[in-house]
Amino acid sequence: MRTWLRRNLFRTWWDALLTIVFSGVALWAMWSVFRFVVFTGRWEIIDVNLTLLLVGRFPKDSLWLLYGVVTATAFWGAAVLGGGEVAGALAPSRAERLMLAVRRFGLLVAVGFVLVALAGVQESIWFVVAIVAALALGRQVKKWRRKITALRQLPAVIWHGVLALAPVVMMVLTIRSADMRLWGGFLINFYLAFLSILLCFPLGILLALGRRSSLPMVRLVCAIYIEAVRGAPLFVLLLLSGVALNFFLPPQIDPGPVFRSVTVFTLFTAAYLAEIVRGGLQSIPKGQTEAGRALGLPTLKIIFLVTLPQALRNVIPAQIGQFISLFKDTTLAGAALSIVEMLKISQAITKQDAFLGRGYIYEVLAFAGLLFWVGSFVMSKESQRVEKKLGVGQR
Amino acid sequence: MLQFFILLSVASVLYWLWNNYRLNVAQSKIPTNFQFLDNPSSFSLPGNALDQSAPVRRAFVQGLLNTLRVSIAGILLALLIGTLVGIGRLSKNFAVRTVSGTYVEILRNLPLLLLLTFMNLAVVLKLFPRIESAWVPLELFVISNRGIAIPWFVGSGTTLLIILGCCIAAMILVSSCCKVYSNRTGKKVRTILISGAVFIVVMVAGWSLFGFNLTLPVVNERGSLGGIRIDPSYFALLVSLVLYTSSHVAEIVRGSILAVPKGQGEAADAIALEPIKKMQLVILPQAFRVAMPALGNQSLNLIKNSSLGAAISYFELTQIAQITVGNGSPAVPAFTLTLIVYLAISLMSSLIINIVNRRLALVER
Repeated sequence: MRTWLRRNLFRTWWDALLTIVFSGVALWAMWSVFRFVVFTGRWEIIDVNLTLLLVGRFPKDSLWLLYGVVTATAFWGAAVLGGGEVAGALAPSRAERLMLAVRRFGLLVAVGFVLVALAGVQESIWFVVAIVAALALGRQVKKWRRKITALRQLPAVIWHGVLALAPVVMMVLTIRSADMRLWGGFLINFYLAFLSILLCFPLGILLALGRRSSLPMVRLVCAIYIEAVRGAPLFVLLLLSGVALNFFLPPQIDPGPVFRSVTVFTLFTAAYLAEIVRGGLQSIPKGQTEAGRALGLPTLKIIFLVTLPQALRNVIPAQIGQFISLFKDTTLAGAALSIVEMLKISQAITKQDAFLGRGYIYEVLAFAGLLFWVGSFVMSKESQRVEKKLGVGQR
Repeated sequence: MLQFFILLSVASVLYWLWNNYRLNVAQSKIPTNFQFLDNPSSFSLPGNALDQSAPVRRAFVQGLLNTLRVSIAGILLALLIGTLVGIGRLSKNFAVRTVSGTYVEILRNLPLLLLLTFMNLAVVLKLFPRIESAWVPLELFVISNRGIAIPWFVGSGTTLLIILGCCIAAMILVSSCCKVYSNRTGKKVRTILISGAVFIVVMVAGWSLFGFNLTLPVVNERGSLGGIRIDPSYFALLVSLVLYTSSHVAEIVRGSILAVPKGQGEAADAIALEPIKKMQLVILPQAFRVAMPALGNQSLNLIKNSSLGAAISYFELTQIAQITVGNGSPAVPAFTLTLIVYLAISLMSSLIINIVNRRLALVER
C-alpha cells in the first residue's frame, strides 16, 4: 500500500504537489456533482416531463409498440451477441464474470434504474421485466443454437433472418402507425441516427469503392463529392436543406423536417464513412486481391467476398466512432430544423408555467447530457471490446 | 463501358435534380442570384462599424472575421490544453492520470451543442453575476453576464500590430542567433530566457516610443467601461469549442505518444534527460509527426463546428446568413454562399496542413 502510494502519488516533491492539486480538483468536482444530484437538484421537472423528454408527444395508446421494439431488439441482441463461451482453462470465474458484466452493463442498468425511479409507474416495471425476460430468452436461444444439432445445422442466413424477424416487424409496425410530427425527445434522436446509419452504409461503401476505382472519371466524381461534403459544416447543410431541399424534389413530394434531416445526415455521414472504408481497403495487403484473381474470381466477387469484408472488419472502431458522432449530431436537427429532439425539448420544458424563470436549466441539461453521454460511452466501450474480440491488428 | 454507365447514371441523377430545381424556381419566382449582397443589411452588429445602411456584403465579411476570430483562438487553446491532457493521461501519477482520463471521457461523449447550450444558458447567463454585482478579481477584470472585460491598450490597432510584429521578429532573430552560436561553440544557451527578455524589452521600448497606455475596465451603471469587452456569446462558444476539441486532441496526442517506439524514451532515460526535457526534446517531436494529420482534421472540425455559434447568437458567418435570410434575402443563395466560404476555408487549411505535413514527414533515404 505504502509502496503503491509512493510510486503513484508521491514520487518527487513536484509529483506530490501535482497530486495535491489534482486530488483537490477531483474531490471538489465530485462533491459538487454529488451535492447537485442529491441535495440541490430539483428533479421534479424531469419527473413531470419524463414522457415528453423521452418520446415527445408520441400517442399514449401506442406506446406498447415502442416497448415491443425495445424488447424485441433486446432479444435479438442477446441472441446474436450474448453469451460467448470461452473454452476450458481460460474460462473466467464467476466473480470475474460478474465484474465484467458490471463493467459492461452497469451504466446502462443504472440509467434504466434512474428512469424507472423517475417514471415510477407500474407499466415501466412490467417493461423492465419484459426486457430482462427477453434478454434471458435470447441467451437461451443462443445456447440452444450451440447445443442442439438440428439448430446448429441451419444455415446462418435463415437463422439470423428468423431472429431478426421480431424486431424488424415491430419497427415496421411502429413506423407505419406513427405520425412523425408527434415524435420527439430521445426517440427522435434515436430514430434519426438509426435511419441515417442504415441509409448511409451502402452509399458510403459505394463512394469508397468509387474513390479507389481504376476508372479516372468515377474516381474524380467520388473524390469531389467526398471532399466537398467533408469541407462543409453539418449545421449549415442542415439549414440549407431546411430552405432548399424542396427545390430539388418534384413538387408533389413535400419533405418534412425529419425527411430533410435524414437526407442530410445520410449524405453527410456517407462521405465520412467512405473515407473510413477507404482506409480499411488500403490496409488490405495486395496479396489478397491477387489471390482472388489467381482463383479466377471476377473483380466484383473479389471486392465483395475478399477485400471488403476484411476492410470493414478492420475499421469497426472507426465506423462506430462515426456513428457515435452522428448520434450526438442529431441534436443539431433541433437547432436547425426545429425538430423537437431531446435538447430542444429540454430547453422548452424550462419555459412551462410551473418552471419558468426559476433556473431549471441545470437539471434538464444534466438529464439530457446523462442520456447522451451514457449512450455514446457504452457504444465506444463496446466497440473497443468488439475490436479486441475480432483481434484487429493481431492477425 | 462500366465507367460510361456509371457516369451516365450520375449525370441523369444530377439532371433530374437540376430539372426539378429549374421547374420549382420558375414556379415560385424567388431570386437565385447574388444581387442581394448589395442591398442594405438593415441590421447592425454590436461592437462593429456595421450599421443599417451597409451592404449585406460587409455583414458577411464581418461574420467571416468573427468566425476566424473564434476559430484561431479556439485552435490554439485546444491544441495546448489537449496536448497537456494527453500527456497527463500517460502520467505515472495516479491523480493526474485519473483526472485527465475523466476529463476526456466526459467531454468526448457529450454532444457539442449540449456543451454550448450549457455554457451559454447555464454558465454565462445564469452563473455569471448581473452587472450590478459583477465579479472584479484583482481590480483587473470585470466578469458579468454582459461579458468579460479585460485590460487593453489605448491607441490604434495598427501601431499595436507593428510593435507586436517587431517583437516577434526580434525574438526569432535572437533565438536563431542563439542557435547558431550554440551549434558553433557547443555551449548551452538559454534561448527561451534570452528571447523572452528581448521580446519584453522591444515591447517596452515600443510602448515608450508610441506612448501606449493600458486601460482598466471599471463597472459603470449599465455595463463596463474601458478595457476590451469579450462578448458573452464569444466566451461561451470559445470555451465549449475548446473543451470539446481538446478532449479529441488529447486522445490523438496520447495515441501518438504511445506510437513513438519505446526505445526512444529508454534512450532518453539512458542519457539522463530530465522527464520534461525528455518529453520536449525526444518524445513530443516524434509524436507530433504522427499526430499531425489527425490534429489538422480536428482543427478543421473546430472551424466547421464554430458554425454552431448561430445557435447562441454569436455573430459568425452562419448567424449572419440566418439574419440576412430573416431580413428578406433569398435563402438558397445566402446559405450556398456560406457553404462555399466554409469550403474555401477548409480547402485552404487542408492545403496548409498538407504542406506542413510534407515538411514534417520522415524523409527516408
